[in-house]
Amino acid sequence: MKIHEYQAKKVLAKFGVPVHDGITADNPHEAQAAFIQLGVSVAVIKAQVYAGGRGKGGGVKLVRSAQEAQEVTQKMMSKPLVTPQTGPEGVAVKKVFVCPAVDIEKEYYLGIVMDRSKESLVLIASTEGGMDIEEVARKHPEKILKESIDIRFGLLPFQAKRVAFQLGFSAEEAEAVSQILIQMAKAYVSSDCLMIEINPFARIKGGKFLALDAKISFDPVAMFRHPEYDDMKESSELSESEERAHKSKLSYISLDGNIGCMVNGAGLAMATMDIIKYAGGNPANFLDVGGGVSQNQVTEAFKIILSDPRVKGVLVNIFGGIVHCDLVAKGVLGAVEEIGIKIPLVVRLEGTNVEIGKSLLENSKWNILTASTMKEAAEKIVAATSGKL
Amino acid sequence: MSILVNKETRLVCQGLGKAGMFHCSKCVEYGTQFVGAVKPGQEGSLFSFPDSPQKFPYFNTVESAVKKHGANTSLIFVPAPSAADAIMEAVDAGISLVICITEGIPILDMIRVKAFMKGKKSCLIGPNCPGIITPGQAKIGIMPGYIHKPGNIGVISRSGTLTYETVWQLTELGLGQSTCVGIGGDQIIGSTFVDILQRFQEDPETKGVVLIGEIGGDMELQAAEYIQKHFTKPVVSFIAGQTAPPGKRMGHAGAIIQQGEETAAYKMQFLKSHGVHVVVSPAEIGKTMKQALIS
Repeated sequence: MKIHEYQAKKVLAKFGVPVHDGITADNPHEAQAAFIQLGVSVAVIKAQVYAGGRGKGGGVKLVRSAQEAQEVTQKMMSKPLVTPQTGPEGVAVKKVFVCPAVDIEKEYYLGIVMDRSKESLVLIASTEGGMDIEEVARKHPEKILKESIDIRFGLLPFQAKRVAFQLGFSAEEAEAVSQILIQMAKAYVSSDCLMIEINPFARIKGGKFLALDAKISFDPVAMFRHPEYDDMKESSELSESEERAHKSKLSYISLDGNIGCMVNGAGLAMATMDIIKYAGGNPANFLDVGGGVSQNQVTEAFKIILSDPRVKGVLVNIFGGIVHCDLVAKGVLGAVEEIGIKIPLVVRLEGTNVEIGKSLLENSKWNILTASTMKEAAEKIVAATSGKL
Repeated sequence: MSILVNKETRLVCQGLGKAGMFHCSKCVEYGTQFVGAVKPGQEGSLFSFPDSPQKFPYFNTVESAVKKHGANTSLIFVPAPSAADAIMEAVDAGISLVICITEGIPILDMIRVKAFMKGKKSCLIGPNCPGIITPGQAKIGIMPGYIHKPGNIGVISRSGTLTYETVWQLTELGLGQSTCVGIGGDQIIGSTFVDILQRFQEDPETKGVVLIGEIGGDMELQAAEYIQKHFTKPVVSFIAGQTAPPGKRMGHAGAIIQQGEETAAYKMQFLKSHGVHVVVSPAEIGKTMKQALIS
């Protein structure tokens, strides 16, 4: 679960990490007021979107008056923001963060992420702040420092100091920076984060250190133990269909093809998408109805798939192990009875009570094609959607 | 022979709720030796499964199940918030094989579990997995028993229903299975492909292995390197998610492409270059295994 910069800074500040704070604004007028409230001569307006690379897309702008703050915000909110991470369609800007401009002496990179292969956490630091860290890792791997964090002990003071000295700080600075690193690691573990990134982390004029930007994502399945972050949840991260699926405990991801699919199990769902492609078609979505699929879920899954106007055919692939195929067939028929279907539908059932399930479908008044194997099902739906069946 | 579970397996269940009750009854029906379930505060009382007169004891702790009834394997259905604690309890009690079905365990909890398990002898399978079956001997998990058939093919998979699909293809072609292991779809899991491959290598009854991987992580790459260096039996592999877009979590917590080496295309090419029979279509898994055994 991603959160915005202004929210990430709240989390970090709570743990004692010095952040470059500001005032949020939901419209150009609020941005104007924020500028006046800050009482500074130069401020920076930062679009609050989940995608990175905002600077490159025009989502970070310096302003020198309240009037300019209003105009820049107006412009930022008037059209989707396109950054290297958003895709060409961009993302809507609904909120900006107005922060006083600061005199930066030097920028650094600090981050904590999961090291999947080592099954631990790792602190990543670099003197090359303000840049895309993956690019730094590619071009100058020697400039990336890594320190493994044992979750039982947190980042130990000697480790934090080692990193601070390797970053080239003086003794006094290293003391301050290592404290910040330790607090950052505490924030990570206490808040069930998947990622914390402070880029840039900066030394500003006067020698003070500040997190100028901050990105945090939380482990979505751990949010049950963090009611304090409930208000940071925003549905805008999901598309309408994805949100709807989420509510019915279905795992749904929209893709760009035209064959809708409904499958039980994530692995089989991916394999079904793959075999559609192999047969010459293109999947419109990933949809896992889960291991113990109910009739209501089947109906809702159907509605979600059919709500996508690009969908020209539907493939249902169920391996009924614990779930009985006749129940799935009834679920499919129930859905079709309720909402009707004008496009080709191929159902492949395998497993427990498969014969009963198949005959229910074949003997219904609806034109439902059945298949015995994944291959046959994929070939049938591809042929049907391209008008060859 | 087989790996991990067999007729000697003595199973205890942690988290005998609705799902636990249903699946444990199916394990018992299949012939698995079941010693009872952990339910704190209920030690001394007995329970039975619906439609069966047989009675089993409750235990306050896993330790009690080990000491009193010689439990050596645990099957965990404990809900996600307490599942990590349940795993550590089983490990601490000296259970040699811990199988965790629970989905949605916080990732930091699993990192704590892995740190806790260092230096201990227990083997953890899962979480977020269908479990393990040695056809004809023991079923410890949620897979439908009847699709399996005793034989010589080992199956290792990160998925549930796709494993059933694979097993079904094998069974239909007359290829029985030595043991099928679902290692789980999460980012941090107890046993990797390599851990299970090592066991299949040592099992004389296993003549070939099907490895079902997916996008995300680098476990398949490690498996490829291991196979090339140490594995002497034919391996057939399918990688799910060839059409999955990067950056999106495809159902499983671990199925997400965050860098180029985590794509299906890269993994398939890497496995192929390390001597694995890679299939592009999931419909070809069984057939390819049959051919690989002949050649």
